[in-house]
Amino acid sequence: MRMTARTILAALLAGLLASAAHADVTLTILADTNPETISFLDVLTKAYSEKRPDISFDIENRAGGAEGDNIVKTRLATGEMADIFQYNTGSLFKALKPENTLADLSGLQNAGNISENFKPVVSAADGSVRGVPFGPAMGGGIFYNRKIYAELGLQVPKTWADFIANSEKAKAAGKVGIAQTYGDTWTSQLFVLADFYNVKAAAPSFAKDFTENKAKFATTPAAAKGFERLEQTGKAGLFNADFGAAKFDDGMRMVATGEAAHYPMLTFGIGNVAQNYPDNLADLGFFAQPGDDAAKNGLTVWMPSALYSPSSAENGEEAKKFLDWVASKEACELMAKAVPSGPYLIKDCQLPADVPQAVKDMLPYFEAEGGTAPALEFLSPVKGPALEQITVEVGSGIRPAVEAVALYDQDVEKQAKQLGLPNW
Amino acid sequence: MVTQKSPYPYWFVLPAAIVFSVLFLAPTFASFWFSLTRWDLFSAVFIGLENYRQFLREPFLIQGTVNTLIYAITTSATKSVLGLLLAVLLTSGIWAQGFLRTIVFFPVLVSTIGIGITFAVLMHPTNGMINVALSAIGLPGPGWLTDPSLALYSVILVDLWKGVGLATLIYIAGLATISQDYYEAARIDGATRTQMFFRVTVPLVRPATVTVVTLSLIGGLRSFDLIWAMTRGGPGFSSDVLASVIYKQYQAGFYGLSTAGNVILFLLIALIILPLTAWFNRREVDL
Repeated sequence: MRMTARTILAALLAGLLASAAHADVTLTILADTNPETISFLDVLTKAYSEKRPDISFDIENRAGGAEGDNIVKTRLATGEMADIFQYNTGSLFKALKPENTLADLSGLQNAGNISENFKPVVSAADGSVRGVPFGPAMGGGIFYNRKIYAELGLQVPKTWADFIANSEKAKAAGKVGIAQTYGDTWTSQLFVLADFYNVKAAAPSFAKDFTENKAKFATTPAAAKGFERLEQTGKAGLFNADFGAAKFDDGMRMVATGEAAHYPMLTFGIGNVAQNYPDNLADLGFFAQPGDDAAKNGLTVWMPSALYSPSSAENGEEAKKFLDWVASKEACELMAKAVPSGPYLIKDCQLPADVPQAVKDMLPYFEAEGGTAPALEFLSPVKGPALEQITVEVGSGIRPAVEAVALYDQDVEKQAKQLGLPNW
Repeated sequence: MVTQKSPYPYWFVLPAAIVFSVLFLAPTFASFWFSLTRWDLFSAVFIGLENYRQFLREPFLIQGTVNTLIYAITTSATKSVLGLLLAVLLTSGIWAQGFLRTIVFFPVLVSTIGIGITFAVLMHPTNGMINVALSAIGLPGPGWLTDPSLALYSVILVDLWKGVGLATLIYIAGLATISQDYYEAARIDGATRTQMFFRVTVPLVRPATVTVVTLSLIGGLRSFDLIWAMTRGGPGFSSDVLASVIYKQYQAGFYGLSTAGNVILFLLIALIILPLTAWFNRREVDL
């Protein structure tokens, strides 16, 4: 076709009109590279692009852990953040200065759908909601191998003493009693962090007093117990031979395939097994970290990460519309179908009927009255950065639990001072 | 003393001066300021010397400093001794000299992080190739990187493997500058090979020694990448050095505190290196 000046003009005009009517927008998203994150974003962006053909997505990956924290903070501080980003909730979220840096989402249509348990962990100092939940709630407890339990005739333990007895029996039968994986240092913290339900049962005001510098780990016997329990398991020689070098993947492999009877971990480990050892998924069971009293048995819960939009977002309005949809029952059930590893935090959002065994083991804690308690990092902004090194020392027998607790209190004091918290 | 007038007009140095000021001077002075603040990237609050007080109370600072000194002195001393011996060997005209020189130098070219990750795998306590080989001949392999009393020295070993090639190269260049006349004179006087090495080679190769010791000492004092790739300062804190302690403060988001740590590291390196170079230079004039 020969393009005359007139047809070019007409085409230009038509183009202008069309773009004015509905401009094509590319929303940028910054997220980590966990397999769950990738599959969530995959289902969400696909479904949303079908509903809104004028919206496309550009997903950028970032590192996780402390390196990811620095990427997020730097990009927010320099105004270079993507339209939408995924990040932790609770104490890490509070360190972002959400009142100044993040868009207020409390006006969204679906904001009322967000679980009341979740709202506090994404709320700014003024109480306004700044994020929508991105994934299921997780339990922190102990994975166990159901085949080993069946072969040795063991019962799910309700007290710490029973748990140790079960581990000893597994060891006597030639299995690893408890898998530990200090090659990924963060995994060493579980016995301390997942003990918080028991801490709270014994000292209900600990989180508040701890934040206000009125209670310490060293002076609160219930809080120090997590360290003592870790020490006890290490001294009893229940760990795998390569515990100093093994990694998270090794831990999940050991407990799923029956090399080890137990592995203390967050329930997001279910996704790891589903991906790497799908045939063993049915052998993977889960229970809460038991305390001293069988009558007070419950689960310490971690909130999922959230999606946020920075107040400096280029496409702020479209980003909010997308986040509004993510908070809907429809979007939530898409996520629940993709990763059915725990209860979701949107009203009426149902898990599919055929969830893995470990999820079935976890759900009753959520259904029981008072069966769960949030982990300390969702109740207090105070968390010492060196905990994972300290717990490696305790588990490896380098430092006794008594000294470790005092050292952790020092580490906590430094963090609180650096945050500029009152009373510290 | 007569000051000679520079042959270049001042505007001639302007471009370099601007680049230097903007990229080096300004950040250096800014870091002195930020080390006096509580800085979370969003805002900086002036808190005086609190960061320095906190950093000097850091429980692992003493051990980190001791580890840093052990690391720097061990690697620097071993590299200069081994480097000189290898250089003498590789200039003596032995079989396949060029090929052997290449082999010694090769590890210098490989990325430090890559080497760290590779050796972490080789040194795995149960599946690592080193311990598998040891157990094949009936020896119990230690936990190279998981035994707290051994981890630092395992990293030092790898650092030597990686760094000795550069020291050797510098020494080979240094040996080439020594005139054969000295050796000939020594031979006529009836000197043994050992005497020639200690009385001729070692004194005359001094400029190369100065370079090797200074470079490897500075490198050792601020070493970070290899340690981080292999142990992350662990197990626990047992292989922490100053640089990894500082990095952990940065990771935790304590930007002011980690900047204060960097200022301290800067002062420490200056305190060690300045007298050392002054001493070396004086000796060189005496020679």
